[in-house]
Amino acid sequence: MEIKALALHENALRVRAHRNEVLASNIANADTPNYKARDLDFAAALKGARNQTISLTKTSDMHQEAWGTSRSVGKLMYRVPVQPTLDGNTVEADVEQAKFSENAVQYRASLAFLDGQIRSLKFAIKGGD
Amino acid sequence: MSLFNVIDVAGSAMNAQSVRLNVTSSNLANAGSVSGDPEKVYRSRQPIFESFQQSLADQSGIAGVRMTGIVESSAPLQMRYQPDHPEADEDGNVYVSNVNNVAEMVNMLSASRSYKNNVEIINTTKDLLMHTLSLGR
Repeated sequence: MEIKALALHENALRVRAHRNEVLASNIANADTPNYKARDLDFAAALKGARNQTISLTKTSDMHQEAWGTSRSVGKLMYRVPVQPTLDGNTVEADVEQAKFSENAVQYRASLAFLDGQIRSLKFAIKGGD
Repeated sequence: MSLFNVIDVAGSAMNAQSVRLNVTSSNLANAGSVSGDPEKVYRSRQPIFESFQQSLADQSGIAGVRMTGIVESSAPLQMRYQPDHPEADEDGNVYVSNVNNVAEMVNMLSASRSYKNNVEIINTTKDLLMHTLSLGR
């Protein structure tokens, strides 16, 4: 069963987690020659994640409705460096660190929203504390 | 959970940076070593980094770091006329290793800062994971 109230932040959380990986890869490759820094277009990735639900094929009415989502399908784009380096690496450590911490805070925000919604659903189910 | 990949990626980078730090310390330790035979002189060593993905078709953007090897610098050796040196060749010359002290110090700083960056990434990601695990409690 899909809980609509949780769907948006769940997708946001998945995209944020993916962006976290991409940015971590950039920082990890800060000294790798010819590595090109990449980033995720969050708005497009979130849109993609929301439209990408996979449902099971049902061959009997007795089958339960089930659904799932695949990995976030955001398109990766290459970062345009402010100061290109001689070794062909386009990672700028300070830019990537700023983006990484920004993304971590936004991940926390999505978690907080999700947490609040789970709490209010629990409250509604129990009819009080 | 995809956040676990981050720990692998940052771990691979820490591994590569610590090798770089080892090589740098080896270079600094051997800076100024001399020999009468130019073939036997210590030459500055540098690790080669390469980014790698699980597969080429992988579009997830996750790439760790690996070291493909260590190369010896081809920078010219410094020749010094020192006929009283026990290692001197028949012309009275000794050859000094081509380690560039300034470049190695820069390498050392860069490696240690990159290492610290990756430690921070693991800490932040661990924090996010722990918060995710306690969701709805």
